Amino acid sequence: MSKKTYIQAITDALRLELGSDEKTLIFGEDVGKNGGVFRATDGLQAEFGEDRVFDTPLAESGIGGLSIGLALEGFRPVPEIQFLGFIFETMDSIAGQMSRERFRTGGTRHMPITIRSPYGGGTHTPEMHADSLEGYLAQIPGLRVVTPSNPYDAKGLLISSIRNNDPVFFLENLKLYRSMKADIPDEAYTVPLDKANVVREGTDITLIAYSAQVNQSLKVAEKLEKEGISVEVVDLRTLSPLDEDTILKSVEKTGRAVAIQEAQRQAGIAANVASLIAEKGALYLSAPVGRVSAPDTVYPFGLAEDDWLPAEDEIEAKTREILNY
Amino acid sequence: MDNEKPIVDFGAIRDALGKDFKPVQVIDGQANVVNQAIVSKYSNDQLVDFLKLMIWERTLHQRSNALTRQGRLGFYAPTEGQEASEMGSNSAMKSTDVLMPAYRDIPQLIQHGLPVYKAFLWSRGHVLGNEYPEDLHAMPPQIIIGAQYIQAAGVALGIKKNGTEDKVAYSYTGDGGTSQGDFYEGMNFAGAFQAPAVFIVQNNGYAISVPRRKQTAAKTLAQKAVAAGIPSVQVDGMDFLAVHEVTKAAREYAAAGNGPVMIETLTYRFGPHTNAGDDPKRYRTKEEEQPWFDNDPLIRYRKYLTDQGVWSEDLENEYVEQVKADIKAAVKQADEAPKQKMTEFLENVFEEKPQNIQQQITEYQAKESK
Repeated sequence: MSKKTYIQAITDALRLELGSDEKTLIFGEDVGKNGGVFRATDGLQAEFGEDRVFDTPLAESGIGGLSIGLALEGFRPVPEIQFLGFIFETMDSIAGQMSRERFRTGGTRHMPITIRSPYGGGTHTPEMHADSLEGYLAQIPGLRVVTPSNPYDAKGLLISSIRNNDPVFFLENLKLYRSMKADIPDEAYTVPLDKANVVREGTDITLIAYSAQVNQSLKVAEKLEKEGISVEVVDLRTLSPLDEDTILKSVEKTGRAVAIQEAQRQAGIAANVASLIAEKGALYLSAPVGRVSAPDTVYPFGLAEDDWLPAEDEIEAKTREILNY
Repeated sequence: MDNEKPIVDFGAIRDALGKDFKPVQVIDGQANVVNQAIVSKYSNDQLVDFLKLMIWERTLHQRSNALTRQGRLGFYAPTEGQEASEMGSNSAMKSTDVLMPAYRDIPQLIQHGLPVYKAFLWSRGHVLGNEYPEDLHAMPPQIIIGAQYIQAAGVALGIKKNGTEDKVAYSYTGDGGTSQGDFYEGMNFAGAFQAPAVFIVQNNGYAISVPRRKQTAAKTLAQKAVAAGIPSVQVDGMDFLAVHEVTKAAREYAAAGNGPVMIETLTYRFGPHTNAGDDPKRYRTKEEEQPWFDNDPLIRYRKYLTDQGVWSEDLENEYVEQVKADIKAAVKQADEAPKQKMTEFLENVFEEKPQNIQQQITEYQAKESK
């Protein structure tokens, strides 16, 4: 066991997978000598060589297409898209190509690609750097969208993603990169894909969240505990496809639910969670499903970010509202 | 002040751009040999086999056209006029090379190993047409213009990293495709990585209705490779031997580890863009079309071999009948394909099935067992 930050846990996973499978490749903009703009790939080129860890020309669509071609030649590509806001440049590679290959070839070809990309608000980045775009990605059949909320999951989910034979979009939370530390095992371990995690058990209400919002939800749960309110917190971990069983089981127990996301409200992950509960768990409910999100605007400029992002007190207020409905 | 010479003469620079590109030719439009050394490299049997490839493609086109009209094929992009460009280039490749085709490259896919009945199933929208055996080194036809180029760069880099000798990735696009960002990104990535890729641009004059001159201010499409640091060439795309020799040289250059190459073939799409309602009369004139029809790649090559006494109308008729019989058998085989099932589609979304897929398989199994 060693104390690792969220980003060190990611580097750890990358190093272990480069070491255990020589077909694993890491590439992207500035990932080589520079070790990535956030240092997620720090030291990996020096350790594994330029053949395994390399810089590409500055073109996101190129990085996506390159991954597909390398996968066809038997490699296990782990490309980095420097910021999630840059994926629009490579949406065809993701939505039009790699996620469809197993399907369009009748299962005769597969794409073991894990695209890593940082996202999430709170660090005052320029435009198109922090947007939560997971909703766009979540509607793509054949693509898994995975995001960890803590260092342990970051390492275990990334290893599972890389070893999976289908494409995974792996979202890393910018704000958590260095703000979270935890003791994690030094050796390789996996955390299952397609499985949500009950990170705190409770009996009165379920908060369903992911990424940085899990930590905000846990703080709300601790606060309400002092008033004798028992809050269960579910960390989705895989945003698409959803782990329906874990969500429904929790709502069956508590009878109340709030779905939380950092993204703008319309057609998002929280809407998907709410519709799941409405469709398959309505009779468990004692109150409507609550939803906490940012407003339906474009992601705001840096200085307005703190007002735009859903804050802990908004989660708390919505939780109380649903409890007292 | 007005007479002062500017520091840079941009007009002169512009006028010089693309001047170095002169289409390579071996047999000209009147069936005259302009490069005897190339022709002499081949035996009469080899030369006849080349002609047969073009006759095969023309016959496949004619049958596909008819089958589409009868409603027995679905999507079809006519290839008539592009036989020298398609067969001349593809025949210079090896079966171990990786082909990344677009939707007008079905003849090359078939020559690369795709059974004809599977090509027909693809046309109808049956996934069985896309189930390629492992030793067919190709991807199904790309629909998104340019996407195949950047993937070809990835395949080529993979070949280089695997250290595979004498193997290249090759890909086709058209004149319209050269306007896409992925076209440039593909060439630029392959160039930056010095990966063994051969990029072929079939300049057939039109991107559906938009003529070549409206795609770009560049004099040639070949010169677009210059910006990526890649050697490129223009070739008479109606001249089988010229296309074949140029592609062979390009393949050898790339396979030897020198990096990628780009080839622009100057050809013409005789028919519509696809059989789904496109009518060239809306955007082309007879006056423009006729010289290209006269420049049919089969006419010059057939005349040359007939003059040499190694080809005849009888031989051609006999060969065409044989090709037609093969195509008829392929249609029959395609007709025997089972109806597609939603459960089979669901099986091929992920290797390890998440809950939603498992649930939907159960739902559709119930429907399908009724």
